[in-house]
Amino acid sequence: MTASLSTTAPVYNDDIVKLCTIAALGWAVFGMGMGLFIALQLAFPHLNFEEYFSFGRLRPVHTSGVIFAFGGNCLLGTSFFVVQRTCRVRLWGDKLANFVFWGYQAFIVMAAVGYVLGINQSKEYAEPEWYADIWLAIVWVCYLLIFMMTLRNRQEPHIYVANWFYLGFIVTVAILHIVNNIAIPVSFHSTKSYSVAGGVQSAMIQWWYGHNAVGFFLTAGFLGMMYYFVPKQANRPVYSYRLSIIHFWSLIFIYIWAGPHHLLYTALPDWVQTLGMTFSIMLWMPSWGGMINGMMTLNGAWYKLREDPILQFLIIALAFYGMSTFEGPVLAIKEVNALAHYTDWIIGHVHSGALGWVAFISFGSLYHMVPVLWKKQAMYSTRLISIHLWVATFGIVLYIVAMWCAGITQGLMEREYNSNGFLVHAFVEIVQARWPFYVMRASGGVFFLSGMLVMVYNCWKTVTDASVPARVTTQEAHA
Amino acid sequence: MIDHGKIERNSILLLVLAMITVSIGGMIEILPLFRIESTIEPVQGIRPYTPLELAGQNIYIRENCAVCHSQQIRSLRSDVARYGHYSLAAESMYDHPFLWGSKRIGPDLARVGGKYSDAWHVTHLVDPRAVVPESIMPTYNFLMNRGVDLTDIADHLKVLHMVGVPYTDDMIDNAYSDAIAQANPDGDASGLKKRYGDKVNVRDFDGQPKFVSEMDALVAYLQQLGTQVDFKTYNPDMDPREKGEDPTKAKGK
Repeated sequence: MTASLSTTAPVYNDDIVKLCTIAALGWAVFGMGMGLFIALQLAFPHLNFEEYFSFGRLRPVHTSGVIFAFGGNCLLGTSFFVVQRTCRVRLWGDKLANFVFWGYQAFIVMAAVGYVLGINQSKEYAEPEWYADIWLAIVWVCYLLIFMMTLRNRQEPHIYVANWFYLGFIVTVAILHIVNNIAIPVSFHSTKSYSVAGGVQSAMIQWWYGHNAVGFFLTAGFLGMMYYFVPKQANRPVYSYRLSIIHFWSLIFIYIWAGPHHLLYTALPDWVQTLGMTFSIMLWMPSWGGMINGMMTLNGAWYKLREDPILQFLIIALAFYGMSTFEGPVLAIKEVNALAHYTDWIIGHVHSGALGWVAFISFGSLYHMVPVLWKKQAMYSTRLISIHLWVATFGIVLYIVAMWCAGITQGLMEREYNSNGFLVHAFVEIVQARWPFYVMRASGGVFFLSGMLVMVYNCWKTVTDASVPARVTTQEAHA
Repeated sequence: MIDHGKIERNSILLLVLAMITVSIGGMIEILPLFRIESTIEPVQGIRPYTPLELAGQNIYIRENCAVCHSQQIRSLRSDVARYGHYSLAAESMYDHPFLWGSKRIGPDLARVGGKYSDAWHVTHLVDPRAVVPESIMPTYNFLMNRGVDLTDIADHLKVLHMVGVPYTDDMIDNAYSDAIAQANPDGDASGLKKRYGDKVNVRDFDGQPKFVSEMDALVAYLQQLGTQVDFKTYNPDMDPREKGEDPTKAKGK
């Protein structure tokens, strides 16, 4: 990876990476802001406004906003950045890359406008209707083509491990997206479609998709980031090559099976439920293998962690990755799931992964990338990175503690019986009991979003402020 | 051991092997569900939605009700005690897609049908806090003032027929008039009942006799949820096919 400069350095296509970076920052503020708003709607229902701004219609705006808009642009940007540098070749297809970027933004806008207008499939994380789905499938196949062609043009003999993860993510998301969205539109001028699968089969396919949206979009793709930016920022090689191989193949093999843990004790046949639970528990191993591989990369360079808040972001991300990939298998155990399913505990679990792992590894990577892309020596302010780190960490802790408390409260109250064997609590009492935690969760969101705004300011100043010295020479990004 | 170096040097090989690796689990878990007969055990009483109920379900989907309300009662004591008999696979077999949900910000609705009056539902949807002061549900007042769009309802039935819901030509041809008939207690609903069974609710659901509103459709949908199977006579070990009945056919008493 620390390739010695040969005769001529390749001219990378960094314009596309810049676009993705700007989009990622913008969508992050939008998606997280939307998250804060719907969190407040749950605490203060008068914030629901008929008919377009109700919780039901805005919730997918939040989830798509953070997962596909923020996360997706981070993935597009970093994958384009990493594949060029690790293959030492310019990205294949300048015009197609532009099409993928703008096509992807168009998909997000199409999807979000649809939700607000009431156009959605009611499938979590696969809400967009058929016309947007077809559009995304086209864009995504072009993305795969660009990535593959760049790999084929590479000037390095080996494909670097980060690219295995990026490739695994891109191709699997294509499969998941297409299969889960097979539907027949009512007519060509109707936005409504009916999915070909119904009932139990539709449930299984949706959670096969849903869990692997987590496994491949939010995990494998971001592990690609981890495998490039952690060694790069620490200036150390990846801890273990062999562990990388085991990590990659076992992760992608096992993840796919875990979907049915979203459907325990339901009408889904028992044999599938048991398979899903079993593989979910097995998934703990490759997940921690990856975490160890990332963290141990700091071997001999741990002192850097003291001064470098970018490295702190990356390592805290791995710690949250370890935590939520331990929590996941625990939640997939039937007896635990019986209490936790349908409660806020799941929301807490998702956010420890989404905020702690996905967002933090992205923040670390973006802080690394921004000065490189805009040819600056460093970020405008290291202190502001540090402030972002601690404000965001505090926000996450508030958020997940609130959701643990709310979820376990809900789970326990729902199954409390009196001496005659009757349920003690009416449903609405359980809603009321969670109110303080909903307020606490929203305040966690305020902190996390504030940190995000600090980041946007810092990036803006890095790019525009003349006091930030320009990058003199680097081993990369030659133009 | 396999020489991983070979895979690392060949992008096509890497791509193909990754695709194979990720396909195995999904195929083993998904494909048998379409073949094994016991996946959905046939149950007496299950029928396709009437056109009005279907329009109501589409409002339920549009408003994304499933993000807060599950429709799947698990086989757990606490679920059964609160909501009734655990959900059977057959009860959601005509939902394309399924609406089981994943979160109970509000209560499960799998068996909400018949538990409350139409008037309660209407008042509750217009302003949830008028009947449940602690509720955190959004208001849906606008459903009262908007006529339900039935212009292409027959096309909806046609598409559902294509994906396996047993709508007959008769049902498709009469989709529009059946929808209107279900919300009009003074009209002739005999055709509707002949097609969908005697248990179908025929009422002016929203208390506004002058037109068929979105509220009518949504309440019609909610009021049948979980009511199709008669659990007084339901015997999980009895297979109606043995008695020569086709459980997928709509039928009356």
